Amino acid sequence: MIASASQVSGSIAQGDPPPAIELRGIDKRFGEVHANRNVDLRVAAGTIHGIVGENGAGKSTLMSILYGFYEADAGEIRINGRPLQIRSANDALQAGIGMVHQHFMLVDTFSVLENVMLGAESGAVLSRSKTLARRELERLEQDYGLRVDPDAVVEELPVGEQQRAEILKSLYRGAEILILDEPTGVLTPQESDQLFEILRSLKERGVTILLITHKLREIMDLTDFVSVMRQGEIVAHRRTSETDQKELAELMVGRSIEQHDVNRSHTPGEAVLAVKNVSMRDAKGVTRVDDVSFEVRAGEIVGIAGVAGNGQTELLELLSGIRPLDSGSFHANGRQVTPQNPCSPKDMRRLHVNHVPEDRHRLGLVMPFLASESSILGYQDRGRINKGLALDYPLIIKDCAEMMRVFDVRPVDPMLRSSNFSGGNQQKIVLAREMDKEPTLLLVGQPTRGVDVGAIEFIHGQLLSMRDRGCAILLVSVELDEILALSDRILVMFEGRIVGDVAGAGADKKQLGLLMANASPDAAESEAVS
Amino acid sequence: MAESYTFVLLTLDAALRVATPLVLCAMAGLLSERSGIIDISLEGKLLAGAFVAGTVAAVTGSAWLALLTAMVATALLSLLHGFACITHRGNQVVSGLAINIMVSGLTVVLGIAWFARGGQTPSLQAAARFMPIEFPLAETLRAVPVLGPIYTEVLSGHNLLVYVALAAVPFVYWVVYKTRFGLRLRAVGENPQAVDTAGISVTGLRYRGVLMCGLLCGIAGAYLSIAQNASFVREMSAGQGYIALAAMIFGKWRPLPALGACLMFGLLDAIAIRLQGVEIEGFGEVPVQLIQALPYIMTVVLLAGFIGKAVAPKAIGIPYVKER
Repeated sequence: MIASASQVSGSIAQGDPPPAIELRGIDKRFGEVHANRNVDLRVAAGTIHGIVGENGAGKSTLMSILYGFYEADAGEIRINGRPLQIRSANDALQAGIGMVHQHFMLVDTFSVLENVMLGAESGAVLSRSKTLARRELERLEQDYGLRVDPDAVVEELPVGEQQRAEILKSLYRGAEILILDEPTGVLTPQESDQLFEILRSLKERGVTILLITHKLREIMDLTDFVSVMRQGEIVAHRRTSETDQKELAELMVGRSIEQHDVNRSHTPGEAVLAVKNVSMRDAKGVTRVDDVSFEVRAGEIVGIAGVAGNGQTELLELLSGIRPLDSGSFHANGRQVTPQNPCSPKDMRRLHVNHVPEDRHRLGLVMPFLASESSILGYQDRGRINKGLALDYPLIIKDCAEMMRVFDVRPVDPMLRSSNFSGGNQQKIVLAREMDKEPTLLLVGQPTRGVDVGAIEFIHGQLLSMRDRGCAILLVSVELDEILALSDRILVMFEGRIVGDVAGAGADKKQLGLLMANASPDAAESEAVS
Repeated sequence: MAESYTFVLLTLDAALRVATPLVLCAMAGLLSERSGIIDISLEGKLLAGAFVAGTVAAVTGSAWLALLTAMVATALLSLLHGFACITHRGNQVVSGLAINIMVSGLTVVLGIAWFARGGQTPSLQAAARFMPIEFPLAETLRAVPVLGPIYTEVLSGHNLLVYVALAAVPFVYWVVYKTRFGLRLRAVGENPQAVDTAGISVTGLRYRGVLMCGLLCGIAGAYLSIAQNASFVREMSAGQGYIALAAMIFGKWRPLPALGACLMFGLLDAIAIRLQGVEIEGFGEVPVQLIQALPYIMTVVLLAGFIGKAVAPKAIGIPYVKER
């Protein structure tokens, strides 16, 4: 692997300009954790270079070192051939490095113009800076075709435009090297395509782009070169044209990945969940779930696709009894739930309707609790673990350890605080708790958000085997690939309504993407009718 | 008619005087809280400023020196608050409360130790105070109908610090909304990470915010002991720091609405004083306590239901820690 690295870098002939970024022997430790081990990386000027790796592989640490958030313990950074000390974001900006963070570094209440200026104002009084910044934004728009209304308030913009504002911020500061950290995590497929267009045109104009992602498809689509990180090391460099997704995935995980065979041939049983014309308004009176009807049958996974914030969260909360519904009704395991006859989360659990919430930190776990305590949340009143007034802790701990072994939670330590597990393992604790009870209906929100490839594979396997045992599963995910990989049927939600209903087998990603943005001709028609 | 007009004018005049420390403290709090640092210690700083100004004026006889030392003292308290909250990421409410308790005790202890008058400082001569300033032609213009009395009674005849307080509002507005510093200050209160990644020091900005807050509190304190009154009296701030905090929150952390809230509280207070012992037909004597309690009652009622949500700077009260 190392040999192939030198092959790639060796292919840059003498006489060529020096690489835009060159890292030599970068090493960084956080206490016990060796986040980066002797990392070497060369990024040729004017290319798009991808860095892939699982969560915790050290990608973000490496970029933070490049951006001056951390200082490396050892190693050298060269920008355009010149060795540089990057001790702060300021140094990075000076060196022409701009970063588009995963969570945008924008002030929501400011206009785009103010955000772009922040930290790069041209004088102590704002009015002159504003005029100059406005002029510069116009120039950038002409040069790069990047258009965002400078006077729009950021929090009112769609995510894709917020991201463009973030890119503009870097260009405004004269960035020639752009680092993007998981840029498509929050975008619809269409917005992602637009972003890729922008990145390609930036590349044409000589900007060097470093793309960090765990989505291999993006790497294949966009990059010229790719480096794979695993456990703090760069384990391979490849020319994108000379590799494929399978090889990259295996390099990331360090072993071969088994593909789940999604057996869609079996016939599902009776409807376990029947939702009829359910609507719900939030505290501000905005309709979040709008006249939704569908069924989930035993032995079937129904996936709900959609861009985050289109009512999926609320739908899950309705069905799990966390929120009351305003109108309509649903049947779950023979129990009729209506606005007049609501059902508490506890009742739902008694009905064998279990819920894996989208936000495991807020709803799934109590972070300071021990894993064993988190493993009984919601089931703490079950007879088995109650001895008179007290909880039977030895039994809880034993049960938890068993659950952890079955669900491959690492480390198997029921006495460790929930917050000390990695994201993937926290998610497995929640899944274990809910799936262990063998529910007949499982509501799952974002089961693999922030979870690395190995754990995703495991979680998907568990969900599929539950389905094969006859459980009805409602899966909400913003990852279209996940929906496609698991679902027998796919519903698409947009602004609280279900705008699409397609079979899982042979579903067309592009069509789904259009439905998610409510841009398909069908959706436009149905809207006109309603 | 003329009599009730005069009554209204005199009440407004009094309202302005009462509102002065509120306005200064509200602007002070605004600068701190816009940077993301909750400042419950406005009360303590107000009291400390009053004590230091009263003491220095009594000892040196110089009002200006007293004002200056009061500002230095409150700035130091602000830095203490900043040291706890910014540098050491402590709880901002606890730190503020600690400062209030400390000042409340220290002013009494030091006052008794230095002057032996039960916590009061000696009465000041006119030269050691900020005295009322008559506007040019105030007496002459009094005769002008309607507008004349407003000029003479309401606008003219206050001490310098009242005008400073009024000038502080447009000044703070300008700083917060029209300058580079203000842009960054607002940004750091909303999203400090955005500021950090833009290459600006979060710590530096927040310290500047609390420092400016301290300086304004010092002026407010000096106003209490050497302008409005002629000596420091123990606990003379009497909760005005908290009222100013409430006014700033009513004003949704914006200077002009905060000024409005301060004037409203000032007016209520002035009416309470004016109505003392006044008989109203069919009602009897107005219980002054009721009117005095009004600002507090309104604070609770308005805070409970009328301000709406999510207007505070988003990062307020949260110490900035770099991710991971």
